[in-house]
Amino acid sequence: MTAGLLAQYVMNGLMLGMMYALVAVGFTLFFGVLDVIKFSHGDVLTVGAFTALATYVALHTAGAGSRWLELIAMLVAAILAMAFLGVLIARYLVLPLRSAPPLNTLLITLMLGTVLRESIRLFYPQGANPKPFPALLPKGSIDLGGFNLRADNVLMLAAGAAAIIGLQALLNRTKLGLAIRAVAQDEETARTMGIDFTAVVLVTFAIGSALAAFAGVMNGLYYNEINFGIGLYLGVIGFSAAIIGGLGSVYGAILGGFLFAGLQVLGTVLPFASAYKDVFAFAVVIALMAWRPTGLIQEKISERV
Amino acid sequence: MRPIGKTFVSVGLAALAAAAIAAPASAKDTVKVGFIGPLTGGVSANGLGGRNSADLAVKLRNADAEAKYNYDIVVFDDECKPNVAVQVATKMAADKDIIGGATHYCSATAIATVDTYHKFGFPVIVWGAVLPDVTYRNKYAEIHRVNGTMINQNDANAELISQLGYKTVAVIHDTTDYGKGHNEYFSKALAKIGKAQIVGTFGVTADQQDFATELTRIKALKPDVIYFGGLTPIGVRIRSQMDKLGINAVFDGTSGIVSDAYIQGLGPLAEGTLAFREGAPTDKLPGGKFFMEKYTAQKYDQPPEAYGAFAFAAMNMLIDSIEKVGPDRKKVIADLANVKDRDSIVGKITFDDHGQNAVPVITKYVVQDGKFVEWDDSEYASGKRKLPGQK
Repeated sequence: MTAGLLAQYVMNGLMLGMMYALVAVGFTLFFGVLDVIKFSHGDVLTVGAFTALATYVALHTAGAGSRWLELIAMLVAAILAMAFLGVLIARYLVLPLRSAPPLNTLLITLMLGTVLRESIRLFYPQGANPKPFPALLPKGSIDLGGFNLRADNVLMLAAGAAAIIGLQALLNRTKLGLAIRAVAQDEETARTMGIDFTAVVLVTFAIGSALAAFAGVMNGLYYNEINFGIGLYLGVIGFSAAIIGGLGSVYGAILGGFLFAGLQVLGTVLPFASAYKDVFAFAVVIALMAWRPTGLIQEKISERV
Repeated sequence: MRPIGKTFVSVGLAALAAAAIAAPASAKDTVKVGFIGPLTGGVSANGLGGRNSADLAVKLRNADAEAKYNYDIVVFDDECKPNVAVQVATKMAADKDIIGGATHYCSATAIATVDTYHKFGFPVIVWGAVLPDVTYRNKYAEIHRVNGTMINQNDANAELISQLGYKTVAVIHDTTDYGKGHNEYFSKALAKIGKAQIVGTFGVTADQQDFATELTRIKALKPDVIYFGGLTPIGVRIRSQMDKLGINAVFDGTSGIVSDAYIQGLGPLAEGTLAFREGAPTDKLPGGKFFMEKYTAQKYDQPPEAYGAFAFAAMNMLIDSIEKVGPDRKKVIADLANVKDRDSIVGKITFDDHGQNAVPVITKYVVQDGKFVEWDDSEYASGKRKLPGQK
């Protein structure tokens, strides 16, 4: 294998891994502050991508200026709308079920995911068909002997990395982050220290859902196509990635996301049929979980969130 | 008083009865016929085109004063998913009022439902699916097919690839019955000619998003041609991701991508894509002009797409049989078994002992300037334009 090809595989893996990691971080945030698994997360991503697309269509038919402007408007609309949706879900579905068994939350959000997904299929114009997503990023590319380095991929990776670094800074350098970490660590003590528990939970759900919206737009820009089913698959993978990383740990979620992408790439590169790449990736995940039931970065040694 | 009253009532009843008997002269009995195709999902463009075409056959017949019955079309959506298809097929076949159906564009759904139709004794004419097994795996009297099978199109495909001097082919196929069948018959056909060889075969799932890794492996194999056995949605994704990785090979598709949706999904990137389909292009069919005129007159929202003419022919044929033997499933099956040289807009139809119509013509297509153009008429065949690596 030439160096160029290897670089190409690494790039493919990084792009996939970035999207998985962004989804996995959401799962981990929700679990961190509230010990709940919010299964509608993937479908929030889909709604985010469709919100961005609708914004684009609206702006474009109105004839609004440059593609950068359109792109920023799409991102802002998707992120704000999904942050709000996240708050609604937390306020009206997750928090009221706090005293119920965690399975109830899992089930109710699973059903909500189906409602969101089917609503896009039924109510978005021609929602059942795959939708072309505009390619708004610069298309330039350099061919480095088997490695096609594209400007849009570099930009997306940089933006994804910036989002994750921003989240880290938020969690570790701000008062809000301190409050989130305090709630994650020990809810009761945090309350007695005067932290508004409900507000912290709502903000955390807003952040996680905004990250999902970001991943949704990135998914659209990368493939130039979205459909109502994208979140289902990304949700399952993001959830698995969060689990193998160690649910509750942000680093674990990122590690899990890139690990899963790496396994899928490896599954295709290995000499057996590529049709089994998902079987391979999930089988390895099962083995990893059997080996380390609490995830690669275990809660004992890492601080939650 | 009483007898008179009775007489009065009987006269009244007699008059009513007479009116009821007289009525059919203007209002005929209504017979229900069914249609199943993918109306939503990635290949819905083809499904809607087929639905409109079948609907057109029914409308034209209802407008015909000579017709013995008035027809009502019952439409179901199989979403191109086998599990959904079995449900709607059962629903349709279990409804005793529906006499027969023109069913399925997708091979995966057509093959999934043959047993259901057989169990219910429900006659169907398949209008789009090309998997040979649909008619040939069993000898079910209920199943017929007006279009040809993928064996014929893959023979033609392998022949053109070899003729153009290509030496290496990478195969990507989806892992449904449709994709696997294409892989099998194309590989066989290419090996038989012996001029080109397959350097790698990749199975992908029908709803996969990311093909970067498969395509990166393919890029290293440096094939002249990427053969794709699958349907439009992932065809669009693969072709567009080929471009992102800078792969400059000929994209060689099957009948599954012959749809306007493929070109709309890709824009200029679709240029130079090869595809193969059984039957002549609609405008070159014996009844193509007639069909297109009538179709346009109805002002449907969607074009008939590549298989619309077959859906029209299938529905028309079913109605012909009902006209001949009456609305009785068993009699319709018996009538369809004897179809020989029957005229249709897609040419003469003859069903063999498996209910399969032998379609002699395969159309080779290449996308040129945003349209599927017949290969022989294209600037690629005349040498004015060149496919990547074409000698």
